[in-house]
Amino acid sequence: MSDPILSLNNVHTDIAQYHILQGVDLEVPKGQVTMLLGRNGVGKTTTLKTIMGQWTCKSGEISFDGQDMTQMAVSARARAGIGFVPEDMGIFADLTVEENMVLGATSGPMDPKRKEWLLNAFPALGTFWTSEAGNLSGGQKQMLSIARAMAEDRTLYLIDEPTKGLAPAIVSTMAQALRELKAQGASILLVEQNFSVAKALGDTAAVMDEGRVIWTGAMADLATDKDLQERLMGLSMEAH
Amino acid sequence: MTAAPDHRPTFARLSLTERLDASLPLLLVPILVVLGFFAIGAPSSWLTLTVSGLAMGMMIFIMASGLTLVFGLMDVINFGHGAFISVGAFVGVSVLIALGDWTGAASLVLNMSAIFLAVVAAMAVTGALGWGFERVIVKPVYGAHLKQILVTVGGLIVIEQLIHVVWGPDEIFINRPEMLKGAVTFAGAALERYRLLAVAVGLVLFLAMRIVLRRTKIGLIVRAGVENGPMVEALGYRLRVVFVGVFIAGSALAGLGGVMWGLYQEVITANMGERMMVLVFIVAIIGGLGSVEGAFIGALLVGLLQNYVAFLEPKLALVSNIALMTAILMWRPQGMLPVVKAK
Amino acid sequence: MIVKLLSGDKPRSRVLTALLLVILICLAGAPFIFDGVRPLDTAARICIFILLVASYDLLLGYSGIVSFAHTMFFGLGAYGVALASIHMGRGFDALLVGSVAGALAAVILALLIGLFSLRVRAIFFAMITLAVASAVAVLVSQFSGLTGGEDGLTYKIPRVLTSANRLGEIMGTKISGKILNYYLIFFVSLILFLLLLRIVNSPFGRVLQAIRENDFRAEAIGYRVVWYRTMATCLSAATAALAGSLFAIWLRYVGPDTTLSFEIMLDILLMVVIGGMGTIYGAVIGATLFILAQTYLQNLMGTAAEATSGLPLIPELLDADRWLMWLGILFILSVYFFPTGIVGRLREQHRA
Repeated sequence: MSDPILSLNNVHTDIAQYHILQGVDLEVPKGQVTMLLGRNGVGKTTTLKTIMGQWTCKSGEISFDGQDMTQMAVSARARAGIGFVPEDMGIFADLTVEENMVLGATSGPMDPKRKEWLLNAFPALGTFWTSEAGNLSGGQKQMLSIARAMAEDRTLYLIDEPTKGLAPAIVSTMAQALRELKAQGASILLVEQNFSVAKALGDTAAVMDEGRVIWTGAMADLATDKDLQERLMGLSMEAH
Repeated sequence: MTAAPDHRPTFARLSLTERLDASLPLLLVPILVVLGFFAIGAPSSWLTLTVSGLAMGMMIFIMASGLTLVFGLMDVINFGHGAFISVGAFVGVSVLIALGDWTGAASLVLNMSAIFLAVVAAMAVTGALGWGFERVIVKPVYGAHLKQILVTVGGLIVIEQLIHVVWGPDEIFINRPEMLKGAVTFAGAALERYRLLAVAVGLVLFLAMRIVLRRTKIGLIVRAGVENGPMVEALGYRLRVVFVGVFIAGSALAGLGGVMWGLYQEVITANMGERMMVLVFIVAIIGGLGSVEGAFIGALLVGLLQNYVAFLEPKLALVSNIALMTAILMWRPQGMLPVVKAK
Repeated sequence: MIVKLLSGDKPRSRVLTALLLVILICLAGAPFIFDGVRPLDTAARICIFILLVASYDLLLGYSGIVSFAHTMFFGLGAYGVALASIHMGRGFDALLVGSVAGALAAVILALLIGLFSLRVRAIFFAMITLAVASAVAVLVSQFSGLTGGEDGLTYKIPRVLTSANRLGEIMGTKISGKILNYYLIFFVSLILFLLLLRIVNSPFGRVLQAIRENDFRAEAIGYRVVWYRTMATCLSAATAALAGSLFAIWLRYVGPDTTLSFEIMLDILLMVVIGGMGTIYGAVIGATLFILAQTYLQNLMGTAAEATSGLPLIPELLDADRWLMWLGILFILSVYFFPTGIVGRLREQHRA
């Protein structure tokens, strides 16, 4: 296993009076796709938001690319090289697709090659380039959200359930884009409920339950071991 | 892997009523102007009133734009905004009085230079004051509306009193520069020069603001921040810094509005800003809090309606604005062009 | 008995209890303790403003709603009494009709504003009340035929309540109708104050506080937040109107500056915050301190300004007319550092 690009050490997060993350230990290896799995409500989304800094962790450490970022502001984390695709996509509905993409390139104008690559990967964005993003369909919004996070080269991408409720055609478009992203050397932490996507994309997997990571290992091991799936997630994931 | 099948859903065609509903706010101003024409009857009076209504609307817009953006970006409601209007007026008028030779001369160049310097001074002082106000008064109470209202009202009281300390307890009368006195006659209607200037300044500012908001990256950040601040931060922008910038710009614009309003009324008092806040709030509410375009339309509506009603039934002028606000809120409870907030 | 009168809401601080007792005794015995017209006038104002500020506290402190229309309701009560006294002739019936009409008008207006703006967004309420209140103030000064405009109205109240009614002498103090008038104001204020105390300590008051703390949760539990907030607004408006009626009975004059102006609204805000939001007792402390300051601090500052007249800027800052600035600064500091005001501070000390 290569060096981790991101590691969480005993991270606790409270939301209001609820203790959601109860000591998360997690390592995301460099240049790999790590799947964050688990049933609904076990803290996957909270984990991503804590990494991004949208929730403050009460205790524990988060380090990214060799630096401690437990106390960093949200914007500083993004500028350090983390791209974020939240569960609700965070599209700016009043802005055009183009304006959303321009904002995605935080440090300056978008690299023309990168823009070309993204427009090839997500042709719909080109079609609606000058339309208001609020008018896009759910799948197009999801693609825009991912493309926006990719608008500049980042070290790590946090992506929260990108395939939720999407048509299979769009899912494969998206999977292809993530594969190309990985080929460019990026690391990805992906929350995913769709097991076939998880199996196809994931290099490693971390399974959460009750606010903790209860299992980590190779995605291939998890994918082939139904007993393990049953034990970790209470159901066989092939059923999905 | 094969390429995904081409996925191109089309936009659902909007029905006529939906499209009308979306563009109706934009049509309200011309509708009101036409209604005013029939209610007033005499074309020359109508033209005079329309120009003064537009002038008034532009000035209110200048004062309201900062307030509405500040609210949209950080959910901060600043009841002390009126203090910047008053301070701007006092600084600007002091400069104009000091440059009495320039304003008294029958030279447009000298007159406009004096106004320009007055405006620059007023905006510099109110911008700086806004920066201090944000640090000292507003920053400690982010996210707490009740405290925000109380503390900013406290700030308003203190700044008004400080105006008295610096400029004394009395109102100050000011003459408009020589070349801006009087009126030009157009199609039988007397159009005051100063009001024409106010309309021009307001239009230029509105267009400039639109260009900044639509064509520059900082404008994109502001618009995106109004809609979904946390996402803007997650993309790596320091929203707080942007917010402070907008607060300063908004305060400076309030100062500009104060100078313009002072010259319009030809008298300034320490509590003029406090009085203007009523109209500023009405404009921000009916426009939709956070929306600059909404504030622009709202300001023009308020200015026009107030002038038309003042001509038709003078006693009802201010009440007409309350009626307008009531009507618009019944129609759209969040204002004419509500800002879509994420969640 | 006393605890029951206070609805079980004890001052919970020895110093506060002592202060409240001193204020109560001074107000109750004002005609006998102090000499002259001015102290009696000050005492009457204190009674009325305690009631007015307490009714505002129901809104601001207990419901977390900021209103700028409180003086408008106050004014409605005052103008109610004035107009009734003018059109019905002097008499207690006119006072009663005027007060009831004023309070009713206040409730109706509060209901309209409340249903209209609280439904959308609580923050609209602050802005809309500001707009409506200023419009009413303008209307009152413009329709001078009815309201006397900027000059206001003077009228006669029942002879029994005027100084022309001489009743003899008790303990060296001449008892006149003026003193009866004072006691009318004192007792009505006291009763209404105790009633407010009862309201905030009732289940209704507790729901208001729950809404103030977290309106989403209150709504989720099943309380109709808008209804409760609107009710609080109406109750508060009615009490303010009654305070206005008392003021009109005392002054025998109403005018926009004394009842409707934004300045009085700011005074109320200062009193409630400095005294202590959400405590009701804060109204007593805040109003008493403020009115004493208004009446006597200005003299003190004038002396200080004279004493420093040789220095630059300081005399201007200490000018008697600048007292509002110092209160404004005190106000801001209170909101930051002791949001529960003097009463909250005293209670904390007691606990510690």
